[in-house]
Amino acid sequence: MSLIFLCNSEILETSTETVSILEKMMSKTLYDKLFDSHVVHEENGTALLYIDRHLVHEVTSPQAFEGLKISGRKLWRVNSILAVPDHNVPTTDRRSGIADPISRLQVETLDANCSDFGVTEFKMNDMRQGIVHVIGPEQGATLPGMTVVCGDSHTSTHGAFGALAHGIGTSEVEHVMATQCLVQKKSKSMSVAIEGELLPGVTAKDIALAVIGRIGTAGGTGFAIEFSGTAVVGLSMEGRMTLCNMAIEAGARAGLVAVDQTTIDYIKGRPFAPRADQWDEAVNYWRTLHSDKDSTFDSVVTIDANSIKPQVTWGTSPEMVVSIDDTVPDPKNAKSEVQRKDWERALHYMGLEANTPIDQIKIDKVFIGSCTNSRIEDLREAAKVVSGRKVSPIIKLAMVVPGSGLVKAQAEKEGLDKIFIEAGFEWREPGCSMCLGMNADKLESGERCASTSNRNFEGRQGPGGRTHLVSPAMAAAAAVAGHFVDVRKLIG
Amino acid sequence: MKPFTIHSGLVAPLDRANVDTDAIIPKQFLKSIKRTGFGPNAFDEWRYLDRGEPGMDNNLRPINPDFVLNKDRYKNSSILLARENFGCGSSREHAPWALEDYGFRSVIAPSFADIFFNNCFKNGILPIVLSAEIVDRLFVEVDKHIGYKLEINLEDQIITTPDGQVYQFEVDGFRKHCLLNGLDDIGLTMQHLKKIQIFEENHKKSQPWLFN
Ligand code: SF4
Repeated sequence: MSLIFLCNSEILETSTETVSILEKMMSKTLYDKLFDSHVVHEENGTALLYIDRHLVHEVTSPQAFEGLKISGRKLWRVNSILAVPDHNVPTTDRRSGIADPISRLQVETLDANCSDFGVTEFKMNDMRQGIVHVIGPEQGATLPGMTVVCGDSHTSTHGAFGALAHGIGTSEVEHVMATQCLVQKKSKSMSVAIEGELLPGVTAKDIALAVIGRIGTAGGTGFAIEFSGTAVVGLSMEGRMTLCNMAIEAGARAGLVAVDQTTIDYIKGRPFAPRADQWDEAVNYWRTLHSDKDSTFDSVVTIDANSIKPQVTWGTSPEMVVSIDDTVPDPKNAKSEVQRKDWERALHYMGLEANTPIDQIKIDKVFIGSCTNSRIEDLREAAKVVSGRKVSPIIKLAMVVPGSGLVKAQAEKEGLDKIFIEAGFEWREPGCSMCLGMNADKLESGERCASTSNRNFEGRQGPGGRTHLVSPAMAAAAAVAGHFVDVRKLIG
Repeated sequence: MKPFTIHSGLVAPLDRANVDTDAIIPKQFLKSIKRTGFGPNAFDEWRYLDRGEPGMDNNLRPINPDFVLNKDRYKNSSILLARENFGCGSSREHAPWALEDYGFRSVIAPSFADIFFNNCFKNGILPIVLSAEIVDRLFVEVDKHIGYKLEINLEDQIITTPDGQVYQFEVDGFRKHCLLNGLDDIGLTMQHLKKIQIFEENHKKSQPWLFN
């Protein structure tokens, strides 16, 4: 009897253990769920991943369309594609078209390819035109649970919706067009948790820059980053998009935020959202799109939200970033010889002295825009700072470039355009604009810019141009002061 | 795509970390709708003293004598030695197109940005990751010896230095196979056509709103 009892209890014990191990094995991260549910075929760790949404713009698609034509291939699923010209479009009056003939040819090539292949395109003069990463979510074309690709590294933006979204090269654009699939290896997973409450005046952009400052521009290489924690849950969809947008600046191809009510509320009623008769089923599925409680990550970073102050980059890489109350670092304090040389080169390019207080750096231009910070909430935050104030006379140009025609219309409805214009800002048409200066909006050599974009690389905003990355509120504050200033002093 | 089997070539050292794709090929050249012709504008802002624009005759432009690729001893190099996080930033495939068009068949660095790394394989360029120590050693060697060459053998995954030192490197099996044989991804994927169709059917049943 006792023997049998013993056996039984042993069996009992083992089985509870097995269950918990099994549970652990079955518990998945959000990234696992998204990846695994799109695997068409797998061989030696390389998967063929089905792609739900393909966003296309004029710069990285012409060679892909040409490739299809040459090999006589068709688009696999034409309604998975949404196209828009954004990099080359002028932000001033568009009625006379694009002045630069090479830019014009690229946009016309997109128009022609879309009409040849039957692709939905929001053309330059369409009210819905805008930066590809702004219009996807705005239209509801980016949905939770999707795989989203675009020939653009900031496709990571769409991960804010609990979608697996990453940038691809032009060969891959052609591959997805022809096969609806991407050849992909699974990334490692990283959890970046921002716990606690953000201080007033601190935004998603500051979180993004602080994370990059902490882990470095290669810190996320090979990883998909899931952002979580109370501060992230508290962000609007616009804020989550800003955060995921900059995941690529930390080296991660994909950023992710779990689906919650904020996500679902944002999507409801948008043109490409599920129809009324599909809505409940979709929402039920979307609610499963979060990392399971017991899931494990390959790397975990936790940051105290309270410790994040408004951020300003000082160098030529997004990881060269400090808080507004800091000083420009001294190469003497670099961690290695390679870093010391890097810092010296950056200081030289940026025309800065080591140990200069950040709030003493004077600027020439201000750019509020880009797929990082051109959504309605960004414009509201900037307008709040600018309201009733004037752009400093030492500023040569301060411009606001809304992310899309619809953002622009909404801002105008709220009277934000008037606030900006009265203060001395230029109010422009939507596009990438001075984020990379492929159109006419550029920095001149030596000019210093407070920019809400995402890259401060040498020459990014124009050859010789000097870019400091900041949040919209900080850019607005800098415009008013003529130098960097802690926005918290202006909003009291 | 050109297959990559064994390549022996002159090494050029680019001693900077975080070389981004904006630096490899500046944006004004991205307006091209072609895949070729980017070589003369690779590293344009570092290579020339004036401001490059598409359509210029690059032979007439003032070159920057201090930039490493302009030095006589590195003319016709086909292997680029670089520092960490090479190819970060924009996903532009114009970057590997420019390197390939310039004549590079391989880039050696301690680490690469993901998208760039991936794009290289699609264009017959082999990106090789070696430890920071080995890369450091190679920088010293290249500097010391004019005409420093390396032999890269993809099949055996080894690099051989002029003095017979051999370094092993890792490469993903699938990518190696494609590169060795110069295979086009689309053709390979098409072999799974039936599977894609079946997946799509099921996907449509479970999430019909994705197909509206
Ligand atoms: S706004 Fe800037 S980063 Fe975003 S897609 Fe346009 S060019 Fe790229």
